[in-house]
Amino acid sequence: MEWLDLFAQIAGSAIRVSVPLLFACLAGLYSERAGVFDIGLEGKMLVGAFAAGTVAALTGSAWAGLIAAILASVFFALIHGFASITHRGNQIVSGVAINFIAAGLTAQLGETWFDIGGQTPQLPNEARFMGAPWPFAAELRNVPVIGQVYSQILSGQNILVYMAFLAVPLTWWLLYRTRFGLRLRAVGENPAAVDTAGISVPAMRYAAVTCCGVLCGFAGAYLAIAQGASFIENMTAGKGFIALAALIFAKWRPIPAMWACLLFGVLEAVANRLQGVPITGIGEVPVQLMQAVPYILTVFLLAGFIGHAVAPKAGGVPYVKEK
Amino acid sequence: MSGPSRELPRWVDIGLIPLVNLSAAFLVTGLVFLAIGESPVDSVIIMLNGAFGYGTGLGYTLFYTTNFIFTGLAFAVAFHAGLFNIGAEGQAYLGGLGVALVCLSLGFLPMVIIIPLAIIAAALFGAAWAFIPAFLQARRGSHVVITTIMFNFIASALMIYLLVSVLSPKGSMNPETRTFDPNAHLPLIHDVLAGLGIAAARSPLNLSFIWALVCAVAVWLLLWHTTLGYQLRVLGANPAAAAYAGMKPQRLIVIAMMISGGLAGFLALNEIMGASNRLLLQFTAGYGFVGIAVALMGRSHPFGIVLSALLFGALYQGGADLSFEKPTITRDMIVVVQGLIILFAGALEHMFRPQIARFFSSSWFKAKEA
Repeated sequence: MEWLDLFAQIAGSAIRVSVPLLFACLAGLYSERAGVFDIGLEGKMLVGAFAAGTVAALTGSAWAGLIAAILASVFFALIHGFASITHRGNQIVSGVAINFIAAGLTAQLGETWFDIGGQTPQLPNEARFMGAPWPFAAELRNVPVIGQVYSQILSGQNILVYMAFLAVPLTWWLLYRTRFGLRLRAVGENPAAVDTAGISVPAMRYAAVTCCGVLCGFAGAYLAIAQGASFIENMTAGKGFIALAALIFAKWRPIPAMWACLLFGVLEAVANRLQGVPITGIGEVPVQLMQAVPYILTVFLLAGFIGHAVAPKAGGVPYVKEK
Repeated sequence: MSGPSRELPRWVDIGLIPLVNLSAAFLVTGLVFLAIGESPVDSVIIMLNGAFGYGTGLGYTLFYTTNFIFTGLAFAVAFHAGLFNIGAEGQAYLGGLGVALVCLSLGFLPMVIIIPLAIIAAALFGAAWAFIPAFLQARRGSHVVITTIMFNFIASALMIYLLVSVLSPKGSMNPETRTFDPNAHLPLIHDVLAGLGIAAARSPLNLSFIWALVCAVAVWLLLWHTTLGYQLRVLGANPAAAAYAGMKPQRLIVIAMMISGGLAGFLALNEIMGASNRLLLQFTAGYGFVGIAVALMGRSHPFGIVLSALLFGALYQGGADLSFEKPTITRDMIVVVQGLIILFAGALEHMFRPQIARFFSSSWFKAKEA
């Protein structure tokens, strides 16, 4: 019984941890399936978080915060697009630049505007996305399994959590069941063929990086105004890169992306739980080892030891239209 | 490729275009300064003065320059071989472990023995950390960009574990090693100069600056005056041609990455053995990433890298002084400037090229030439 309760608690916190990963991972999926590599997920999440924290603090509205996060993140996504699509710049370099600018700018502007150590002001609950318990959650709490899943995992999450998990089937449908998705995947595999069909490759790629920006905005807003109550300097702390690892781990597919993010979320939740607690027979597992597991797993996957991850064929290659 | 790679005079390609890109980056920086209510002109004066205006400032500028020379060279060597090593951060971190192990365990030896041992350890540990991604790229085709990112994080986790649980002295709560014995401190330049009877301002500038310049010359010799260097450049320019000419691409990939990792490891000589004299958390502080910008600005040529490292070093030190003088400006502003330089000089390097090319092929310019 107690064991089950612990399990439900870890599952609940794993879901909360995996939400920003999931948003960012899906964001990367749109961009990379269209042939634009993006190691700037981290930076876009950060500007999203900063914009959300700032605007929610000024307006007192979480929704205004979310919209600001999306706009800020899309702006940075378009810079990435401008460099890598219009000017055929190196996509990795552009991603590094975005991460630098985002890290510096959010910290500097936070300091200039609010002068409280690079943070944005602490938000009251009305200006955040708060979860509300579902009906009968309290009554069902002690029913084994079903009740615990219902009251501790499904119920009481904030709306962005549900949106993240809804975005998974939506992305799947968009990519595999619509014309837009077919074209998006095609510009990532064989842009010349798309071009021959009379569809603009740059327009498709700009659409893809815009989708990427929107989702990174959600990820940032979740961190600053749903899970947290303010923007904190460098609050993404590498989540953008874990999301990138998850994307590779999922072999650039939406449903596996969800499982990868949940897996990495569980690892983090367990790591937090196990901190300083010895396990019988093994001893104390260093928390750093648990934190490194997502990266180690991804390296193993890339090395071809766990299946094989094949990136979109035209990924990272600027498209040059024949004259 | 058509369009941007039209023939331009050489001085335009390696001089004018980087300058134009840099100006664009500074222009946007100026706008950011205005946005936070500071005068860009005042700030530039404070920064220039902070970086070059007095002895200690100049010393710090050259100290930071040293870091950027190492990481810039590291990126450039791999880049010439067509490899994108963004793992300098992790490789330098591990290089620090190598340096620290030598300095902690062999601190009783005379300095003339410790220094070469530390140099070897820095190179070996950095190269070893680059070896795994290199091997995976060469043999299993996993892309080095992704694996080196992953290895940066693995290095970070490993080093936190080692510093918290293994290397910190018993009873200490600080995640850092004990201070090295005096024999294992790299001599500071102002002490060396004082020994020669020249008075110089105090700064953490140490002998690794000289070593950085030696490395720059060595990389130049390697790339343009040895068979190995030629092979690396052929591999980068045209892998198929390299294989066809009987070179061994898999072997070359591993060699290029290990040289790159070794150069990155030298960062630790400057930071750990030269300045802090003990192994610290996060001493790499993003220098590895900035190395990408340094190399791109310097057109991946050692001479250009030394110049652009000086630019970034001055920016770093000038920015530190600026944040000291003006409380409204934090050191994060320097991160913004670096990011803008990476964006304009790296990712957007072709942005102004068509206009500049059009200018040089215009009848007005030709008439002037004639």
